[in-house]
Amino acid sequence: MPGSREEAELVAKRRRGRNLAMLAVLLGLAALFYAIAMVKMATPGFQP
Amino acid sequence: MMDNTASAVTGQGGGDAMSPLALPVAALSMSTAGDWLALLKPRVVVLVVFTGLVGLLAAPGHLNPVLALTSVLCIAVAAGACGAINMWYDRDIDAVMKRTARRPIPAGRIAPAEALGFGVALAVASVLLMWLATNAAAAFILAMSIGFYVFVYTMWLKRRTPQNIVIGGAAGAFPPLIGWAAVTGGISWLPVLMFAIVFMWTPPHFWALSLWTHADYERAGVPMLPVAAGARSTRWHVFGYTLALVPLTLVPWALHLSGPVYGLSALVMGAWFIVGAWRVLRDKQDSAGVSLTKDAPAKKLFRFSLYHLAVIFAAFAVDAFVG
Repeated sequence: MPGSREEAELVAKRRRGRNLAMLAVLLGLAALFYAIAMVKMATPGFQP
Repeated sequence: MMDNTASAVTGQGGGDAMSPLALPVAALSMSTAGDWLALLKPRVVVLVVFTGLVGLLAAPGHLNPVLALTSVLCIAVAAGACGAINMWYDRDIDAVMKRTARRPIPAGRIAPAEALGFGVALAVASVLLMWLATNAAAAFILAMSIGFYVFVYTMWLKRRTPQNIVIGGAAGAFPPLIGWAAVTGGISWLPVLMFAIVFMWTPPHFWALSLWTHADYERAGVPMLPVAAGARSTRWHVFGYTLALVPLTLVPWALHLSGPVYGLSALVMGAWFIVGAWRVLRDKQDSAGVSLTKDAPAKKLFRFSLYHLAVIFAAFAVDAFVG
């Protein structure tokens, strides 16, 4: 079993899934930090 | 492969009897995104997020929707982080309990050290983000709730005393305080009462569950009440705590801190809760208090307790909008 083609394909498939999930999290965080920054900058009394 | 790795992850109470490096590298590649999500105990997170959201909605004042959403996200991530750290620490007992043996760590799909790193990173990130988005008070209470769940409940109480769930239940009661503090920067009587309600609700909710899952805890050596004191005593505890809970749920209404929607909801759901707890107490049982009905009343009460908390907290939010 170890090193078999089926296992290599399964590992690659799961790695792809993890990578896509990580991409979604990073994009979500970037959008969230952008939105937080906009809100904070629009707050009266904001000083950079 | 799974069998070998499963045996490699059974340490003792977080004490590293084995090195995480003992896990074959190939096994680490077998984790899916879903396994990492499972580490966060998403089903537990839902109720925590809901009570936190109600604390936020019931608070006087205004919080920008983006910041409110961020606060709720922080509460969810912090609760998930607690779940991940809990799974890391309890991996030895998870491996011997039927209900938890297929979790990612005991099943060998995620290495213990990776789960710990994941949990700690999320915990720190959630507190920092809460501070950045709202205020220091909310971030401080969030940090305290994480610390309480990890150090007081998971590491100190869970394996030592049958009262683990009573004191440890406080960890799950913090979210309304956090939501309130995110809006106001402080706390007042209503969120404290919300905390007290969740705190008092947790024992009958959890002990109802433990009445039919105690074999798992017994196998793992966790002194849950049915294991340490028996089923009959547990039934009395469920009933007694329910009798204490219901008047407590009426206090916010009695003090005019909430409106009639909440008052009526708390009254009706409370009466129903007492009836359910009475049925658990009077369930057909043998001389040791073990159910002869496969714990049907306890299963009903467990499910009902979830609706109970959801309804009365939804009523808090409704009253905040109506009032």
